[in-house]
Amino acid sequence: MTAVNGMAGRTPERSDVAGRIVRALNRWPVHLTLLIISLIWFLPTVALLVSSFRPPSEVLTNGWWNAFTLPFQFTLENYENVLGQNRMGGSFINSLLITIPAVLIPIMIAAFAAFAFAWMDFPGRNILFILVVGLLVIPLQSALIPVLQLITGVGLTGSFLAIWLAHAGFGLPFGIFLLRNFIGALPKEMFESAYIDGASPVTAFFRLVLPLSVPAIASMAIFQFMWVWNDLLVALIILSGGGPSVQPITVTIAGLVQSTGQGWHLLTAAAFISMALPLVVFFSLQRFFVRGILGGSVKG
Amino acid sequence: MSKFRLMAPFMVLMLVLAACGNGDDPGNGGDGDGDLTGETVSVVVVWGGAELESFQAMVAPWEEETGATVEIESTRDIDAVLQTRVEGGTPPDIAGLPGPGVMAQFARDGALQELPQSVKDVLAEQYDAGWEVAGTVDDQLVGVFIKTALKGLIWYNPAQFEAAGYSVPEDWDGMTALVDQMAADGTTPWGIGLESGAATGWPGTDWVEDFVLRQSGPDVYDAWVAGEQAWSSPEIRAAFEAFTLWASDEEYVDGGPSTVLGTNFGNGGDCMFDDPPGCYLHHQASFMGGEGGFFETNFPDVAVSGETYDFFVMPGIDFDGVTSAGDLFGMFNDTPAAQSLMAYLVTAEAQQIWVERGGALSANKDVSPDAYPDETGSRSAEALTGAETVRFDASDLMPAEMGAAFLEAIVDAVQNPGDLDSILADLDAVQQSAYGQ
Amino acid sequence: MNTLVTALIVVVGVPAAVCGYIIATEWVIRGFASTTKTKLRPWLWVLPAFLFLGVFLIYPTIRTFINSLFDRTGEFVGLQNYADLFGSGGFWQVLANNALWLVFFTGVVVVLGLVIAVLADRVRYESLAKAVIFIPMAISFVAAGVIWSFMYNINPDIGTLNAGLTAVGLEPQAWIQEWPRNTFMLIVVGIWMWVGFAMVILSAGLKGISTELLEAARMDGATELQVFFRIILPLLAPTIAVVATTVVITALKTFDIIYVMTGGLFNTSVIGFEFYREQFTNRDPGAAAAVAIILLLAIVPIMLINIRRFQAQEAIR
Repeated sequence: MTAVNGMAGRTPERSDVAGRIVRALNRWPVHLTLLIISLIWFLPTVALLVSSFRPPSEVLTNGWWNAFTLPFQFTLENYENVLGQNRMGGSFINSLLITIPAVLIPIMIAAFAAFAFAWMDFPGRNILFILVVGLLVIPLQSALIPVLQLITGVGLTGSFLAIWLAHAGFGLPFGIFLLRNFIGALPKEMFESAYIDGASPVTAFFRLVLPLSVPAIASMAIFQFMWVWNDLLVALIILSGGGPSVQPITVTIAGLVQSTGQGWHLLTAAAFISMALPLVVFFSLQRFFVRGILGGSVKG
Repeated sequence: MSKFRLMAPFMVLMLVLAACGNGDDPGNGGDGDGDLTGETVSVVVVWGGAELESFQAMVAPWEEETGATVEIESTRDIDAVLQTRVEGGTPPDIAGLPGPGVMAQFARDGALQELPQSVKDVLAEQYDAGWEVAGTVDDQLVGVFIKTALKGLIWYNPAQFEAAGYSVPEDWDGMTALVDQMAADGTTPWGIGLESGAATGWPGTDWVEDFVLRQSGPDVYDAWVAGEQAWSSPEIRAAFEAFTLWASDEEYVDGGPSTVLGTNFGNGGDCMFDDPPGCYLHHQASFMGGEGGFFETNFPDVAVSGETYDFFVMPGIDFDGVTSAGDLFGMFNDTPAAQSLMAYLVTAEAQQIWVERGGALSANKDVSPDAYPDETGSRSAEALTGAETVRFDASDLMPAEMGAAFLEAIVDAVQNPGDLDSILADLDAVQQSAYGQ
Repeated sequence: MNTLVTALIVVVGVPAAVCGYIIATEWVIRGFASTTKTKLRPWLWVLPAFLFLGVFLIYPTIRTFINSLFDRTGEFVGLQNYADLFGSGGFWQVLANNALWLVFFTGVVVVLGLVIAVLADRVRYESLAKAVIFIPMAISFVAAGVIWSFMYNINPDIGTLNAGLTAVGLEPQAWIQEWPRNTFMLIVVGIWMWVGFAMVILSAGLKGISTELLEAARMDGATELQVFFRIILPLLAPTIAVVATTVVITALKTFDIIYVMTGGLFNTSVIGFEFYREQFTNRDPGAAAAVAIILLLAIVPIMLINIRRFQAQEAIR
């Protein structure tokens, strides 16, 4: 909540304060709507954040808002407990090693396919494309048994390579769907003039398509990063037999909670620890969400 | 772009190398019970937190002695992980099984390996015969109990009892009289919490099981578990009715049925610590008490064993008996290291390690009652070993599909006790299909 | 050392290998005539994608379909698994829940995502406002389950919603015990998690609309609402279609929220959860496979709409 107020309060600090205030007043419905939605959206997160700093006996027996009544009982115990797990550091690195290729591989491959689907002519391409999108609906659990059998068959179980490939495969339908839409909206004249200048499709792809699709690629990167980072099931299945040396952070966090449920309050702190990196990724990719990459050249 | 061109073959090579690096096969190689140095045993368990630490402490001496390593993976989604890995061809060497019902299914699929003579020897020496029977499917021993719990305890708050002038009942008539007295005095006698995420309702199955065993006896109980006693039969119906009489009536249970279904089982007894008390009695397994149990976690300064919380075993009705539960281990890969670990885990030496850390009972007769760190542990261990009739948790013994339907029926029965006829008829229908596999 | 090698592969090798492939394809076909090149090239570009999809999704789906024709003893039963599903009263309840998810989850996620993307686009604190909406996406399902059990807990001392109700003198409610209210409460959790998704993608689409076009319209005296409905909305339509399709599919295959919050009890089950139940609880792979295939068939109409949309897009360019 304080964060939102802070953001709003920062606006008038720049030049021409009076003019800005007038304009801001004209646009108060925009600010108000955003503020209300943000507050609603933030409430559950605040509940989790506050709980993560409360002692277990408090979390288990009374509501998070009581944290603000005297006597204050805040503690770092939950965070110490989670970070004190001896595998936490190693599994954080493992998560990074798993996630980065599992994001890069499908982005590139999806971009190739999307470019072909959007700008090359070949028989049956619409049907093939629809097939790709249709694969989005396959429940992950139904694919895992055959996939694990294949991976076991080629002796890749427990290796990072296996989980990179698996996540790449599972992330592709969304990636191709999303990127084909954006790449397909690029102006036709741009490609025509590039080809007249003697550029090959490879050159056009790296010099024109990739730079111009940056917002779409950034969106795909954000989601694929989060899905892979938060994945527990695929890791437990595909990395089976790899032992603790390959376990990602989600597996380590899952080990915090007892079978009877004691210890679930630690998940509050664990959630913020594991959420930190996806949020860094989100913020750093935000700068690619800029207007005007295409100049004025997009038509409907 | 020329950079890419140079890198590409190098990278392919790297990928191939990375792939080959993982080809070596752990497990095989040791000869007999000989040298296990450098071997690994992969174990998948449902435990986490303090349980996981206790298990790690339990295997540490074995690792030290043999030079082998135990690689533990923890998941609460054990059904999906285990089935997928078994069918995908990469089962763990050893795994915690969700219950005897699932154990039997894995054994009949041929996934579980028969346990070696070394395990049977320890069981024969140090356990009552019933435990070996419980781990045996089609004459093969495939499962052993790493820890157990005593179910069907009635928890109460001695301080509140004294203040209100109540005393612990001697028998079932005394029990019902006490409950009615409490209701007449204006306080709901029971605190019940059935919420447990995807497993919501399971404490209710414990209630019904305790009633079946005490009302109709072990023979009916066994037939019911085996799928040979209809759910709509008078015996099972009577148990449901006895449960909902209290659990669905806001005169008898704190907050009424919606609170019962909406309260987490770990908070089900919290009302005993209210002032004035919201309830006086709570029916739950031995894990509520002791250090690390729910009472002392939820009320660290208030809950003191023997002073503000204590238990008595639910009295017999027409029959005497107690119900228990336990964590089963099965072996999926028959390697020397896995055999050696299994044989070690059931010994009194290993069992004692977890027992001393609290939160577990051992079925091993050689574990001394003095090993238990608290009153809750030693007294429930005594009650478990001293009971004439012990029956395992029925919902865990039934096929998983039956167990899941049982949960659903508990929820329905608490919400709509008047619909018992159709609820039991649905269970009969599931019974027809679930046992046919 | 091992980690170092892996890290090297991760950072340098993987992108290089993938880019290397596409550069190599052009080199491979360099000798062919120009028309042959044009015919061959698209296949080379989609080949890696179809290799991955073939192994990780298409092959498993074919296996799933074959499984759906067998019962759990391994005997061929034709379409019996499908008949059994539709013959059970419970499955119609499940379909009804999915219908609720389809309408309300999809509707709210797309509309709210669009509203937030458009509004945030116009303020200086865009990144922060978007981050607040996005955070739920970054939270794992397990943690989200913890949060929302706080929100919906029946005990007004713990449950945020019920604390609010009792504070204004109302009775606390058992939010997730009565159908259909419980399904709506679970849909709210889904909306909370997924609006960020719609927002990010629509926001990316919004950045592709030229500022000059909007400014020109404003100069001509168009109101903000007119700008939105006459210019932004039509230009954003393809992106909205992508978001809507993805969200519809998400609604159809909803699983995690149900699994974490209710386990399908209180009549909250959905198709995605039934799949899990048949496969792992009931150990009936045939019935589970039939559920998965029904899911696949359910999206055919949406796919047909998408085909029409592509044909329209290509016709005008």
